[in-house]
Amino acid sequence: MKYTEDHEWLRVDGDLVVVGITEHAATQLGDVVFVELPETETMVASGDEVVVIESVKAASDILAPVDGEIVEVNLKLLDAPGLVNDDPLGAAWFFKIKVDDLAVLDQFMDEDQYNDLIA
Amino acid sequence: MADPELKRLSLHDLHVALGGKMVPFAGYEMPVQYPAGVMKEHLHTRSAAGVFDVSHMGQVILRPKTDMVALALAFEAMMPVDVLGLAEGRQRYGLFTNDTGGIIDDLMFANCGDHLFVVVNAACKEADVAHMRACLSDVATVEYIENRVLLALQGPQAGEVLARLVPKVFAMRFMDVARPVWNGCEIWVSRSGYTGEDGFEISLPESSAEAFAKTLLDQPEVMPIGLGARDSLRLEAGLCLYGHDIETMTSPVEASLNWALQKSRRIGDRAGGFPGADRILAEFAAGPKRLRVGLRPEGRAPMREGTELFTIDGDRIGIVTSGGFGPSVEAPVAMGYVFASSATVGTVLLGEVRGKRLAVTVCDLPFYPTRYKR
Repeated sequence: MKYTEDHEWLRVDGDLVVVGITEHAATQLGDVVFVELPETETMVASGDEVVVIESVKAASDILAPVDGEIVEVNLKLLDAPGLVNDDPLGAAWFFKIKVDDLAVLDQFMDEDQYNDLIA
Repeated sequence: MADPELKRLSLHDLHVALGGKMVPFAGYEMPVQYPAGVMKEHLHTRSAAGVFDVSHMGQVILRPKTDMVALALAFEAMMPVDVLGLAEGRQRYGLFTNDTGGIIDDLMFANCGDHLFVVVNAACKEADVAHMRACLSDVATVEYIENRVLLALQGPQAGEVLARLVPKVFAMRFMDVARPVWNGCEIWVSRSGYTGEDGFEISLPESSAEAFAKTLLDQPEVMPIGLGARDSLRLEAGLCLYGHDIETMTSPVEASLNWALQKSRRIGDRAGGFPGADRILAEFAAGPKRLRVGLRPEGRAPMREGTELFTIDGDRIGIVTSGGFGPSVEAPVAMGYVFASSATVGTVLLGEVRGKRLAVTVCDLPFYPTRYKR
């Protein structure tokens, strides 16, 4: 598992990268009540706003961590946005992105480095 | 983290010990939520009872220099509300208006026999005290009380909980006020609040406040509730938040607060005589050009404050002034102002969220039925 400074986690699944948010991020957001997902088969660039999360407090974005194509989104979140709080590292993944080269993940933090960031 | 400009609540250390997340609000460090989180706190208040620290609000005593009638009439000259007719032991909602008919603040006032007890919004309290001193000094002293804590206990089990500690409150009805004794200390109780639930607001000296708050929190029904849930509770109850749903440009009639303008101030020998009476009475008679309505977005996307509203044909006809997710309604809810032509319940409008225009339906308020003990 890799981590971004924007509190996303990235997990490799075959030739895809699965993206979610960390427990720390979910706690900071508060109770999530709405998730807006991107269209599949869309090309995105690193830094694009691809997901909107609304908590009881405010709206925030999830940015594409890398360049690639969105190939799958987690439709369960549309009806059960609360999964983001209940199981942020598991059931509440947001999207899967196809990248040219998985080596692009090397730039991101490992778990120890991320834990130092939020400490 | 501590901002020296921010004031601390008398019960600050208790909030921190309870895990409260403290944020700046109206010049105070206030608990926005506790570890349970906004959603659980909201639902707990609707199903059992929650205790809120609302000590940031302004507590004021108006003590007549000669008699209560003179004070009541002078207070009536500040707002379009019947003060003279308020019986001893009763509380009422009021609104200070300005010369153009806008709202300076909304407030609660109670007839305590030999004085009036007034509670005003935190962000407005200094201006309100100055305004009351300017308008009332001939007939009353205006005492701004800074050494009393104000707690709200809200929820369907609030009555049972408080009566366990203070049996005399059992007989109180919605908008009654009383001064029972708890543990040798006189507490000022009103059966009211701002959540749509049955409940109380309790003013008591700082010296007794921590013991009292802890006793409330020791009751099995009671959880501490932060400002976050206070906001979603009042929104579901269709209640206005000053500075958002009502402000110096909106009149009480536009704000759909006609129920707060008693007949005695509209018709007869005490009609008018308050700031902005020309506009307010004209709007009351003819209907306002725009007015506050309830709004139900069709999807799950909340429409927050500032969301612009359009007709199906694309004409801009209003704006959202409060909006979010209603945990008890289990859907997004909002309030806003629209032109009268679009204000009929059932009218479908469009709200622009992140560049997309989403359907939203004008609906009755409140979103969640109120459960006051009438």
